[in-house]
Amino acid sequence: MTYLAKPRLHHPDLPKNKLGFTHRDYEGSVSTLCAGCGHDSISSAIIVAFFELDVAPHRVAKLSGIGCSSKTPTYFLGNSHGFNSVHGRMPSVLTGANLANRDLIYLGVSGDGDSASIGLGQFAHSMRRGVNMVYIVENNGVYGLTKGQFSATADKGSKAKRGAINNDEPIDMVMLALQLGATMVARSFSGDKEQLVPLIKAAVRHRGAAFIDVVSPCVAFNNHPGSTKSYDFVREHNEAVNRLDFMPQRSEITAEYAAGSVREVVQHDGSVLRLRKLHDDYDAGDRIGAMNYLQQRHAAGEVVTGLLYLNSEADDMHASLNTVETPLNELSEKELIPGAAALEKFNASLR
Amino acid sequence: MKPSVAPIQRVNDFVVKFANVNGSGSASANLLFAKAILRMGVPVAPRNIFPSNIQGLPTWFEVRVSEAGWRGRRGGVDLMVAMNPQTWDEDLKEIEPGGYLFHDSTKPLPASKFRDDITVVGIPLTEICNREYTDSRQRQLFKNIVYVGALSALLEIDPEEIAELIGEQYKGKEALLKPNVHAMHMGRTYTENNLDYPLGIRVKRANAVGERIFIEGNSAAALGCVYGGATVAAWYPITPSSSLAEAFAKHCRKFRTDAATGKARYAIIQAEDELASIGIVIGAAWNGARSFTCTSGPGISLMQEFIGLAYFAEIPAVLFDVQRGGPSTGMPTRTQQADVLSCAYASHGDTKHVLLFPEDPKEAFDFAALSFDLADRLQTPIFVMLDLDIGMQDWLCEPLSWDDKRVHDRGKMMTYEMLEAGKDFGRYLDVDGDGVPFRTRPGTHPKRGSYFTRGTTKDRYARYTEDGATYVDNMQRLLRKFETAKQYVPAPVVRSAGQPTRFGAIYYGSTGPAMDETLATLAAQGVHMDTLRVRAFPFHDAVSDFIAAHGQVFVIEQNRDAQLRSLLVNELMVDPAKLIPVLHYDGTPITARFIIGEIGDKLAMFNVTPLRKVAP
Repeated sequence: MTYLAKPRLHHPDLPKNKLGFTHRDYEGSVSTLCAGCGHDSISSAIIVAFFELDVAPHRVAKLSGIGCSSKTPTYFLGNSHGFNSVHGRMPSVLTGANLANRDLIYLGVSGDGDSASIGLGQFAHSMRRGVNMVYIVENNGVYGLTKGQFSATADKGSKAKRGAINNDEPIDMVMLALQLGATMVARSFSGDKEQLVPLIKAAVRHRGAAFIDVVSPCVAFNNHPGSTKSYDFVREHNEAVNRLDFMPQRSEITAEYAAGSVREVVQHDGSVLRLRKLHDDYDAGDRIGAMNYLQQRHAAGEVVTGLLYLNSEADDMHASLNTVETPLNELSEKELIPGAAALEKFNASLR
Repeated sequence: MKPSVAPIQRVNDFVVKFANVNGSGSASANLLFAKAILRMGVPVAPRNIFPSNIQGLPTWFEVRVSEAGWRGRRGGVDLMVAMNPQTWDEDLKEIEPGGYLFHDSTKPLPASKFRDDITVVGIPLTEICNREYTDSRQRQLFKNIVYVGALSALLEIDPEEIAELIGEQYKGKEALLKPNVHAMHMGRTYTENNLDYPLGIRVKRANAVGERIFIEGNSAAALGCVYGGATVAAWYPITPSSSLAEAFAKHCRKFRTDAATGKARYAIIQAEDELASIGIVIGAAWNGARSFTCTSGPGISLMQEFIGLAYFAEIPAVLFDVQRGGPSTGMPTRTQQADVLSCAYASHGDTKHVLLFPEDPKEAFDFAALSFDLADRLQTPIFVMLDLDIGMQDWLCEPLSWDDKRVHDRGKMMTYEMLEAGKDFGRYLDVDGDGVPFRTRPGTHPKRGSYFTRGTTKDRYARYTEDGATYVDNMQRLLRKFETAKQYVPAPVVRSAGQPTRFGAIYYGSTGPAMDETLATLAAQGVHMDTLRVRAFPFHDAVSDFIAAHGQVFVIEQNRDAQLRSLLVNELMVDPAKLIPVLHYDGTPITARFIIGEIGDKLAMFNVTPLRKVAP
């Protein structure tokens, strides 16, 4: 797709958001991924989410590791600083960046190879620490950039393009995130933008570690019969537990819903998540319940999607560390250097 | 029994070694002993020689008393305080002829267990403590204080100084203070009533300490990080660097807690491993915070990939490598300078990194503070090369100092105003010809100055490319930048012999104290040699000049493979035949005795007037 250069000019009447930015201000360069790649749909969901959230693009830092998914930050938010780090190590780089400036929005984009194999440890520890971030795994069950080897999220028994059968148990990133203390956990499908966009918005506004596992078929190496990460398989087995409406603030409920089927959750910043239940017995506020439900449905061969868990009272790493409100990278010398007199006193205590 | 060799008679110039079992509480008692001598105005150089273990293995504590102020390890022992039966035989062998042995005489030992050329001092420590205390832990802990008391009588250490130190240690804990002072006096009283005292070696009050302070290098380096403006630290526990991170936390609690809110003007993460530590440091530095990690050789090995990224993507990061004995787990609690090459050329591909070599805690403080300026100025990883000897031992050194007029050099940072004014921004654009480009902090400007940081090849405007010429252009600029680094790093310290000589010696880091003593000893023997102490890599031009000006140059190091020598040969195109390696790498700190022995042999090879042989 690289032969197509993006036109610089655009329509003068493009809609603008509250900050005066158009959709185009949230785009990046043209994708170099394969035509039809699920990852491109996710990039486009990210663009819509940030445009609609009225976030200034330069207030977002986008970080990734290595792999197809990790290439995608080039294709969205072109006015944001980006960091394509080393394989599996995005979480630590993002953690450091977040420590330096708590005021930016941190978007970590990774893949199943990057986060479930080489970077499983860093994924786990960033969840444990409650780093305030949106962590998206673009999950296709396969190593695309090295041409089709199984990844650690590939289901046992699933078939590779060249016929090999995966014998190893899959790692379920959602289950791990829940167990490790992520305070917002969701799963979605790259082919379902209506579901994905509000989830990304909710994650951006969430304070704490927000994790979204997005099943994203690899059209080149994992979209054939026998694969459990293909468009067809996921469409057939997708079991959404709820639908989410993201609202910047509380507003009147206008649509008609069946009694008891809507739950509203207010986040730290006042934004409201209106959860429309599709399964009456699913409670997204119950972490243990979520884990049980997911295990049961997984055994039944279903891919459960939606907002799976949310702790709207959550706080983040800066709260645990009790850091000052001013970003650490803005502290002045006066606030950092104890000075000569203090050093003299220190010397005196060492004699 | 009268020893066969006349007992050593020396004032303020001797070595006491304590042989203990680790986990028995001996280290604090032994440090108390050393500090009491220091308070009498007599310099000491203590060294805790400990195993990689928590309880039960042999541990030693060596105190060199030196009014002349020699801080290096001397070698040999004048008084052995043998408190560990496990190591009795080897401990006894170490005593110099005419030296002294202090031991617990509660249980009689056969005569074959002693030597006839030393003076034996026996005190029934166990018996005294068993009589006085009922609790077994108390018996053990107070035994240490009892022997400190006995030694104070034997060596004429002022008991008032010990009492005062105990008072400082247990300030506000009266319940512990008095029994400790009492235990000390029990040891003194027994000695005064039953033994010949003082010994031939003893302490005499002097005025040789002055303004100097007594501090561990790791603590000094950590404080340097506070003064240098570090706000983010990420680390993974590893001996001998853990105490640097812990000291940083302690200093920050004291100096960086906001008085009004109680909130922290710093963030410290004990990461899941060294990879995450350096990743956090790189992320924070990329985002404009001064950040560092501290580790040892194995950690540096684990960080290799990330170090290459920081070099290639040009991110300021500071790494403290508190070196220990390698390779692999090696000797985790012993000292070496064996990571010089693994740091200088860390990571795959063509890389070169800035290294700083402090010689003591004072320089550890200075270089730590400086390293953050260098990292920002040069936008590259900076390695501060400490070692266990500097990091974990208490050193007597010049007081730490800071100029209140000093400001942090944040290097080339493009601001909102500069971007708004339309200044051309290319992340890897060499605008000044020094190889150092401008950078922007994320979040600076809504429309300008953002760029994509990556480990892949990029052009001057940070755009991905695999074009060969563009790659070469960038790699050449990185070399120019490394050349630029020379003007910012600490220059070497050159000492002239005061008269023409064809011999020179190059050394660095914790070899400094032993080298000072070596030169004084050699000068007294009429042997003259110029010296150069390397304080940084890339090498200052003065290093090549020094080598060119001498016929033969000894390169003195604490590793097996002459790593600095390799670096000199490789980087300065020096004829290897000119550089004679002098290598000490058994894990103990290098001594003047060793250097003199080695140089003596080699000088003889070059037909120089032979040196008077010194004891090995």
